[in-house]
Amino acid sequence: MKETIISVKSLVKIYTMGDVEVHALRGVNVDIRQGDFVAIMGKSGSGKSTFMNILGCLDVPTRGQYMLDGVDVSSLTKDQLANLRNRKIGFVFQSFNLLSRTTAIENVELPLLYNKKISSKEMLERSLNALEAVGLSDRGHHFPNQLSGGEQQRVAIARSLVNDPVVILADEPTGNLDTRTSLEVMAIFQKLNRKGITVVIVTHEPDIAAFTSRNITFRDGRIIRAIDVESPRIASEELLTMPVTVEDEV
Amino acid sequence: MKVKNLLKAALRSLAKNKMRTFLTMLGIIIGVASVIAMLAIGEGSKQSIQAQISTLGTNVLMIFPQASSTGGVRMEAGSSQKMTLEDVTAIVERCPSVAFITPQVRTSGQLVAGTQNWRTSVYGVYPNYFDIRNLKLVSGTMYTMTDDRSATKVCIVGQTVVTNLFGAGADPIGSYIRINKIPFKIIGITEKKGQNAFGQDQDDMVIAPFSTVQKRMLAVTYIQNMLASAVSEPLIPTASQEITDVLKAKHHLGQSEDADFTIRTQTDIASAATATSGILTILLATIASISLLVGGIGIMNIMLVSVTERTREIGIRMSVGARGRDVLLQFLIEALLISLLGGFIGVTIGVLVSQLIAHILSWPVTITVQSILMSFVFSSAIGIFFGWYPARKAAGLNPIDALRYE
Repeated sequence: MKETIISVKSLVKIYTMGDVEVHALRGVNVDIRQGDFVAIMGKSGSGKSTFMNILGCLDVPTRGQYMLDGVDVSSLTKDQLANLRNRKIGFVFQSFNLLSRTTAIENVELPLLYNKKISSKEMLERSLNALEAVGLSDRGHHFPNQLSGGEQQRVAIARSLVNDPVVILADEPTGNLDTRTSLEVMAIFQKLNRKGITVVIVTHEPDIAAFTSRNITFRDGRIIRAIDVESPRIASEELLTMPVTVEDEV
Repeated sequence: MKVKNLLKAALRSLAKNKMRTFLTMLGIIIGVASVIAMLAIGEGSKQSIQAQISTLGTNVLMIFPQASSTGGVRMEAGSSQKMTLEDVTAIVERCPSVAFITPQVRTSGQLVAGTQNWRTSVYGVYPNYFDIRNLKLVSGTMYTMTDDRSATKVCIVGQTVVTNLFGAGADPIGSYIRINKIPFKIIGITEKKGQNAFGQDQDDMVIAPFSTVQKRMLAVTYIQNMLASAVSEPLIPTASQEITDVLKAKHHLGQSEDADFTIRTQTDIASAATATSGILTILLATIASISLLVGGIGIMNIMLVSVTERTREIGIRMSVGARGRDVLLQFLIEALLISLLGGFIGVTIGVLVSQLIAHILSWPVTITVQSILMSFVFSSAIGIFFGWYPARKAAGLNPIDALRYE
C-alpha cells in the first residue's frame, strides 16, 4: 500500500455572498496516495474548482479536515499556506499563466525565487532539468509569446515540477489546447506520473480523464462517483497513430 | 525572495514601461531639482550676507553706553558720558577672553586738501582697531600708542577719501589735509573694504589716534563707545560676560541692577541678518517641497494602476508561493527605485541648474552636502510613503481572485 499524501475528511466550504450562503462543498471525503493520477470531473458549479483551490492551499475549508503530506492545512496562516504552496504543490492552469516578457527559463525559476534556501546556481540547474523533462531544453530563452500554446503549457508544467512537489494540481490543463497538443500534454503528465509524481487534474472531458488511473466525479458539492480506470489510455502511443500535421497552434 | 532577485524583478517591470516610469520619475526629478536649486540659492545668499558681516572684523564686540537722562528727560542712545578710559584699562587688566580693546570716539569733519573738500566721519581709536576690524594698509605706516599719548596730528584715510580729495589712484602719503581747520598728516591708506551689510561705504572715513580726536577735535574726557574682540569665536559670550562684570563693578552697579551700557556682538548682528535670508530659504524650500509631494502622489497613482494591471501576475506569484510580504516588498522596491533614481537625476539637474543660475545671473549659490543628502532621504521617504498603500493593496489580494482577474 502506497503512502496517502492527501487525506480529506468531511470537507465543507460555504461562501457567503451578502445574505446568501452558497454551499460549494457539502462534505467530501477523499484519499489520494503517492503516485496516483487522478481526474476530477463534474459540471461547472459542481464544486470541483473549489475543491481544487482547497487542495492547492489557495483557500481554506469552512469545516472538515485536510491533511497534505502529514500537515493539517485547515489551521494554517496565510504565510504558512504560501510556504506550503511553494514547497509541496505545483500548479498548472488552463490559461497557462506564464509571466509575459519573461523567458521560459525565468518562468520556470519563479517558485524557486520564493525559496531562500536555493542558490542561483541550483535554481538554474533545476529549471533546466525541469524544462528537459517536458522536452523544451532548447526553448529556455524564448518568451511566452514566441511559444505555441502547447509549448507554453509545457513550460507551465516545468514550472510546477521545479520545486519537486508532492502533488501537481492541474486545472483544465488541456482546456485551451487542440486535440493533438492535448495529447502531448497528457503524454507528459503520464511520463511524470510513471516517475512517481502524483498528479491531480480537473477536466470535464471524459477523453482526457481516460488517460488517468482514477476518476472522481463531483455533483452539487459531493462526490457522486469514484472509480479506478482499469487500463488507462496511453497518450504517447496514440500520438504515434495520429496523422502528423504542421505544428499545431492554438 | 532574495534582495538581488527582488531588485531584478523590480527593474524588469520598470523597464517594461519605460515611458511611464520616466514620466513618474519626472515628478520626483523636478521636485528634487527645485529643492536643491532653491536651497542652493537660499544658502548662497545667507553666506554672502555672512561674508559681508564678517567685514566688521573678527569676533567683534561693541560696547555702547546707555542713554543718559537729565531730570527725567532721556537723551538718545549712546549719549551717556559715563564711559571713560579707566573702563578700558580695567577691561584690559581683568578680561582674559578679550584679545583687543580700543576706546572709540567719532566725529564728523570737513576735510580740505588743496582746492578739494569732502565731509566724512573721523574715528579716534587705538592702533589695535586694525586688529579688531581686520583692516590693512595698502601704503604708509600705522601710528603707534606713542602717537596716541602725545595726540599727534596724523591720520589714516580710506580709499573713498583719497579719490575725492586727491583723485583716483593718487598716493597722498605725507600730504597734509585740514580736518575742521586742524592740519593732519596722512601717514597711511587703508585697503579697500567695500560696502558693509547695511550698504555703508566702509572706505569713506578717516582714522586718527584716539587722544587726538578726543582732545583736539571733540575736547571731551569721556569715550563714546568701545570696540573689542574676543580671543576666539566660541569665547564671544564669555568675553561679553567678563566685560559686563567689570563695567558693572566700575560703575558701582549691583549684579541685579540694569547695566548702563549695552554690548552687541558680531554674532547678534549676523543672526539678525541671516534670519531674514533663513526665512527666504524656508519659503523657497517649501514651494519646492510641494512639487516633490506632487511627484510622490504621481508615484502612488502609477503604482495603483500598476497593481491593478498586474493583478494576474500577483496571483501567479502567490500561487507559486509568494507570501504577502514578498509581493509588498516587490512593489515597494519599485516605488523606491523610481523615487531614488528620480532623486539621483534630480540632484544632478539641481546642481547643474544652480551652477547655471550662478553663471548667468551671478547670484551667490552654495550647494551643501546636507541639502543633497536631505533630498535623497526625502525622496526615498516619499517613495516608501506613497508606495506603501499600493503595495499593501497588492499584498492583500486573494490569490484565487487575482488568478481569475482578466
